[in-house]
Amino acid sequence: MKAKHQRLTLALLALAAVIAAALLALSALKDQASFFYAPSDVVKDGLPLGKAVRLGGIVETGSVKHLPDGVSIRFVVTDGQASVPVRFSGIVPDLFREKSGVVAEGQFQPDGSFVATNLLAKHDEKYMPPQVAGAMHKTESLEQ
Amino acid sequence: MIAEAGLAALWFAAALALLQLVLAAIGVRRSAADRAEPAGAHLQSVDPSIGSTRTRVEDFLAAVRPVAVVQGALVIFAMLLLIAVFVRSDMSVRLVAEDSSAAKPLIYKIAGAWGNHEGSMLLWVTILGLAGAAVALFERTLDRRTLVATLGAQAAIALGFYAFLLFSSNPFARLSPAPADGQGLNPLLQDPGLAFHPPTLYIGYVGISVAFSFAVGAMLTRDVGPAFARAMRPWVLGAWIFLTIGITAGSYWAYYELGWGGWWFWDPVENASLMPWLAATALLHSVTVLATRDGLRAWTIMLAVVAFSMSMVGTFLVRSGILTSVHAFAIDPKRGAFILALLVIYIGGALALFGARVGTIRQGNTFEPVSREGALVVNNLLLSVILGIVLIGTLYPIIAAAFGTQLSVGHPFFDSTAGPIALVLVALMAVGPLLRWRRDRVGAGLRRVAIPAAVSLAALVVLLVFAPGIRALPLIGLALGLGVAVASIAPLWGRDLRRTPLFTYGMVVAHLGIAVSLAGMASESAFSRETLVATRIGEAQRVGPYQVTLIGIRPVVGVNWSAIEGVLSVRRGEAAPFLLRPQSRFFSTPPQETNESAIRTALDGQLYTVLGNRDDAGRWQLRLWWKPFVTLIWAGGALVAIGGALSLLGRVRRERRATRREEA
Repeated sequence: MKAKHQRLTLALLALAAVIAAALLALSALKDQASFFYAPSDVVKDGLPLGKAVRLGGIVETGSVKHLPDGVSIRFVVTDGQASVPVRFSGIVPDLFREKSGVVAEGQFQPDGSFVATNLLAKHDEKYMPPQVAGAMHKTESLEQ
Repeated sequence: MIAEAGLAALWFAAALALLQLVLAAIGVRRSAADRAEPAGAHLQSVDPSIGSTRTRVEDFLAAVRPVAVVQGALVIFAMLLLIAVFVRSDMSVRLVAEDSSAAKPLIYKIAGAWGNHEGSMLLWVTILGLAGAAVALFERTLDRRTLVATLGAQAAIALGFYAFLLFSSNPFARLSPAPADGQGLNPLLQDPGLAFHPPTLYIGYVGISVAFSFAVGAMLTRDVGPAFARAMRPWVLGAWIFLTIGITAGSYWAYYELGWGGWWFWDPVENASLMPWLAATALLHSVTVLATRDGLRAWTIMLAVVAFSMSMVGTFLVRSGILTSVHAFAIDPKRGAFILALLVIYIGGALALFGARVGTIRQGNTFEPVSREGALVVNNLLLSVILGIVLIGTLYPIIAAAFGTQLSVGHPFFDSTAGPIALVLVALMAVGPLLRWRRDRVGAGLRRVAIPAAVSLAALVVLLVFAPGIRALPLIGLALGLGVAVASIAPLWGRDLRRTPLFTYGMVVAHLGIAVSLAGMASESAFSRETLVATRIGEAQRVGPYQVTLIGIRPVVGVNWSAIEGVLSVRRGEAAPFLLRPQSRFFSTPPQETNESAIRTALDGQLYTVLGNRDDAGRWQLRLWWKPFVTLIWAGGALVAIGGALSLLGRVRRERRATRREEA
């Protein structure tokens, strides 16, 4: 192969690789655009079924119920206009309280309830990933 | 007084860095002018005050060297003084009051010095100063002019950090009035593993920036060739080893400390360390082509620029607060703007220099597409694609947040995009080392990978028959891991093992490490078992091959925490039972609760236990995981680092022998 050609080929290959990475990433990111839901969003936009999302809001007063298996709880997340019943199995974070903000990760069910696989309660924001901090920020604005 | 002395030392060091930059710039200029007019040189040589090019450069080098060394010594002194105020718990220093407390154990007081934004920036520039002194003292083989230019580039990088520290992040700022006690270090960070995690990563970042300084030096003096590559290679290798250790240790820390049982979260902070590693891995492979075959010249320089950019992004995004909290910019817009400006100047400057000088880099040796070089080019391309994906996935939420949209990019995105490409890359890793340099035949190459391919295929069939229902990625990961493990040892076949160079062993061990780590990841993902229960004291629970019984709950008190500890009696088959003690810890400064997992490592995996809360019926929540072969993930990482170290040792020894032969 001629020297000039090889250099050109390499440059084009590198360019193609960068473009391929960008296209791949951006097309995959499209699916991630809507990820955070407040209870009233669900009323407005319908249930996002079949994908992992975050649901954020306030834990309604008196709604936390411990289930007999000892590891599951039910509670209601509200944003003042709408509310969603949530079920969660696992170790509840320290700062999870009634009347306080929570972000639940999980999936909506066809009946309109939400099954959470992870709960993020208000936390020291110093070491919180931005998405979580952003979601918490949204629930904070719900609290006020 | 200590804090003021530290600040003064920083100012002096910054002034010396400026001097170093100016001296180096003049030195490179002057000697270039001498070189440019060789015709007039013989006329001027009558004048004894103007020496030849060589002595002129030697003069400048003689001036720059001590400046670099003293600058390094001063900034190390400043760092030691910062550690001193932390150890003395001098609460009149703002940084100590915000991030430390008098009751903390000594090791975390020391680690607290870099457990915050300002201190970590000072640590960064300290390591840079140390590295600069090392280059000035020990680099003997590189062309003198290139060495002067390299030291100048290092001074330029250091100046940005000094400016940042002195104008917007002074670690020695006083607080008046001084509080009685500090706010304390985040309890999650009060862990011996994490205390030394940031320095490890920083050594990696700084090493890359030194490699980049070499690239700048070579570009400035138009000296891009094997000699420069050989001078740069140990720094790339060293940086890469430390990044590997840092990432592996960070992953294990997140695994046992966060109590979620996961080992990688695609958290922006993790990505910030992964991106420089990916770039350094690519650079490491291309610099070998340049050093041994004199090929891929411009390519290697470009990768050095990319690797440096990634280490800057990694350095600034993690501690700046851009990544850890979206509110950081609002709190301190000056600092945020400073960081953005520095990033633009560094990365933009590096790219501009590359653009201006790429035309002067002569074409190196060429090669056929099917050859070791060809495989390394594909390695570089795939690493770049993965790097691009991780970069976009990490920055996209930040950019979206700037436009008022909150979104989250996590596991699903990275697994589905970067995952498959990484598998292709690992498969290629099996083939590459078995190809010949410059030119090889496809048939011969295929014959050499026949046995590893057969092993992979056999593993695939066995898995499909005996473990149906595994998801595609872990399935391929396990089969590929086995095949690649075999292939990575293949370069040793038929060689005299005693006469095989150390760096060949390094390559074999590092590649084997990747295969081992991949197998661990796939096994964890495919075969993990989880039990989540509320248990009464005395009740036995099962997870995987283990039987776990909670036999008691007791309070425990530590230096700056109190805890509830669950005592678990664990049995496996007929073996004698042993105890595990997971804790729920409560820290008072700052008030926070952490779950301390208790882990039992066996040869074939780990039992991971977490204690939860007590329910109304008096039962205790237990979360138990059985993770077969999960330890291979970090064992593989350790092998990769050991491979790097062997390679570094082998290269340094050979270089030394070569110089000695030249001198003789």
